[in-house]
Amino acid sequence: MTDTTFATPDRAAPAGTERRAGRDLLRRSRCKPAEILFWLAAAASFFLLPDRHLLLSEIAILGLFALSLDLIIGYAGVVSLGHGAFFGLGAYVAGLTSIHLTAEPLTGLALAALAAGLLGLLTGPLLLLRASDLTRLMVTLGVAMLLLEAANRAAWLTGGADGLQGVMIDPLLGRFEFDLFGRTAYGYCLVVTFALFLIARRVVTSPYGLSLRAIRDNALRARSMGIPVGPRLLAIYAFSALIAGIAGALLTQTTMFVSLDVLAFHRSADVLLVLVLGGVGYLYGGLIGAIAFKLLQDWFSALTPQYWMFWMGLVLLVIVLVGRDRIDALPRAILHRFRREGRA
Amino acid sequence: MTTILIDGIAYGMLLFVMASGLAVTLGLMNFVNLAHGAFAMIGGYVTALAMNRLGMPFLLTLPLAFLVPALIGAVAERMLYARLYRRSHLDQVLFSIALVFMAMTAADWLLGSSQMLVTLPGWLQGRFEIAGIGIGRYRAFLIVLCAVLVVALQLVLARTRFGARLRAAVDDQRAARGLGIDVGGIFAATFAMGSGLAGLSGALGIELMGLDPTFPLKIMVYVLIVVTIGGTASLTGPFLAALIIGTADVAGKYYIPELGAFLIYLLMIVLLILRPQGLIAPAR
Repeated sequence: MTDTTFATPDRAAPAGTERRAGRDLLRRSRCKPAEILFWLAAAASFFLLPDRHLLLSEIAILGLFALSLDLIIGYAGVVSLGHGAFFGLGAYVAGLTSIHLTAEPLTGLALAALAAGLLGLLTGPLLLLRASDLTRLMVTLGVAMLLLEAANRAAWLTGGADGLQGVMIDPLLGRFEFDLFGRTAYGYCLVVTFALFLIARRVVTSPYGLSLRAIRDNALRARSMGIPVGPRLLAIYAFSALIAGIAGALLTQTTMFVSLDVLAFHRSADVLLVLVLGGVGYLYGGLIGAIAFKLLQDWFSALTPQYWMFWMGLVLLVIVLVGRDRIDALPRAILHRFRREGRA
Repeated sequence: MTTILIDGIAYGMLLFVMASGLAVTLGLMNFVNLAHGAFAMIGGYVTALAMNRLGMPFLLTLPLAFLVPALIGAVAERMLYARLYRRSHLDQVLFSIALVFMAMTAADWLLGSSQMLVTLPGWLQGRFEIAGIGIGRYRAFLIVLCAVLVVALQLVLARTRFGARLRAAVDDQRAARGLGIDVGGIFAATFAMGSGLAGLSGALGIELMGLDPTFPLKIMVYVLIVVTIGGTASLTGPFLAALIIGTADVAGKYYIPELGAFLIYLLMIVLLILRPQGLIAPAR
C-alpha cells in the first residue's frame, strides 16, 4: 500500500500513511489486560509473601538485568556475552559511592546508572565493526573479562578477591530502613524495576523502537531507508548498559556487599539463559525468565545443593532442542484450541 | 629471552591444536561450539586417570586421550549437534553453554573438584641447552608433536579425498549431496576429529594449564580468542593467532606479571578493531 505514495503526487497519501502509522504505534503501545494483571500480581506478592522477600528481590534484580539484555538482543539483534560488565560496574560504583561519598541509596543508583551508561557508550562502537555475531560475542566477552581483571588488580579500590567491605546504606528516602528480611529491599527493587520497565516499554513502542526492529531484521535495508544504523544501535546499547548498571546497584544496596562475583562470566551466561527461558523480544521475557530461573534454581539446589547447575543445563538443553519458537507458540496454540472449541 | 619465546611457541602450538577442532566446526561448519573445552577436559581426565589409576605410561595414554573424546564427539554430533546446524548462533551458544555446565558438574560429581596431577616420565622432565639457551624438554616435545599434528591436519584438509569432500560439503551442501557425498557422515567424522584433537591437547596441557572441573570454561575463552582473532577462513589464521596469543601470554606473565590476563583481552580487542573479520579474512 505504501507504493501509492510514489504513484500519486498529492499530499493526501503521505498524510494517510502517517496517520495509519501513528494508529499502529498507538495500538502497539496500549496496555493489554494481561500486562496489568502481571504487575498487579507483582504488587500482591509484596503483601502476600512476606517471608519470601529476599528471594523475590533477587528475582526482581535478575529480571531487570535480563530486561536490559532483551533490549539489545530482542529489539536490536545485538548478541552479547559480556553484559555482566555493566552489571558489575554498577554494583561496584554503588558500593564505592556508599563508602566514599554518601550512603543515600538513590544517589548511588544514579551514579551507577551514569557510569554503566558511559561504559556502554564507550564500548558500543566496538559492536559496530563490520562483523559477525561471533566477533560481537568475543568483543563483549573481552570487555567483561578486562573489567573483571581490572577489579581484581585494583585491590586498593575494590578490595580485590575479598570483596568490598563496609557498604552501608541509609534508609530509603530517609524513612524506610533496609531490614534483615528484605521488606524494604523488595519494595525498592520492585518500584525501580517497574519504573524502568515503563521507560523501556515507552522506548521500544516509539518510532525509535520500530527503527531498531528494522535494523535487527535487515540492517542493510534499514540503512538504505535512511535509518542511521550506527547511532541508533549505540543509543540502545548505552541505554541497556544503564539499566544493567542500575540492576547491579540494586544488588549492592540490598545485600550491602560487592565481590568479584558480580563481574564473573557466569553472570553474563546466566542472564542470557534467563532471557531465553522467558523468551526474547517482548520485554516480559526477562522478568518471567527470572522468576522461572530463580524458582528452578531454588528447587534444584534444594534437591542437590552442589550440582544444581547440571539440571539447569539440562533444562536449557531441552529448551534449545525442542525449539524456542515452538515453546513460545505453545500458549497461543492452546488458547486457540480453547477458543475454537468454545465456539463449536 | 629466547627461552621465553620457545615457551610461548610451545604454548601457542598447544593452543592451536586445542582450537583447531573449533576452527573447523566454526569456520567450515559455521557452528559456534562453546563446549569445545569440554572435550579437551575429557581427554585430560582420560590421561590423568589412566596414568594415576591404571599406571599406564604417559605416551600410551595419549592415543586414548584422542580416541575417547573423538568417540563421544561423534555420538554427540549425531545425536545433538546435527539438529542445530541450521539454527541461529544464539541457539548454538546457549546449547553449548548448557553442555559446558553439564560437563563441568558431571566431572565435579564423578571425580571431585580438586586439581588433577600427573607425573611426566623422567625423559620429559628438566631442560637441556642448545647454544647456551635453556629449553624445557617437555616444551620441545610439545613443539615437535604439535608441529607434526599441524602439518598432518593441513595435509588432510588440503590433499586428501576426505578434505576435498569436506570442503565441498561445506561450500554447497546440496550440490555435494547431489554428487553422492555423504555430508552427514563427513560432518560427524570432522567433528569427531576436532573433538579428538581437543582431547589430545587437553591431555598434553595438564602440565601447563592444570586440570579441574572448571577447565572447559577457562579454556573456552582462550580457544575462542584464538579462533576469532585468526579468522575462520582457513587454518593459517588461527595458527598465527595461537602463536601470537601464546607468546604474548607467556611473555606478559614473565615481564609484566601485574597485568595478568589483561594483556590477552586487550590484544584481542585491539586486533579485532583492526581486523574485525580475523587476521586472514574470508575471500569475498
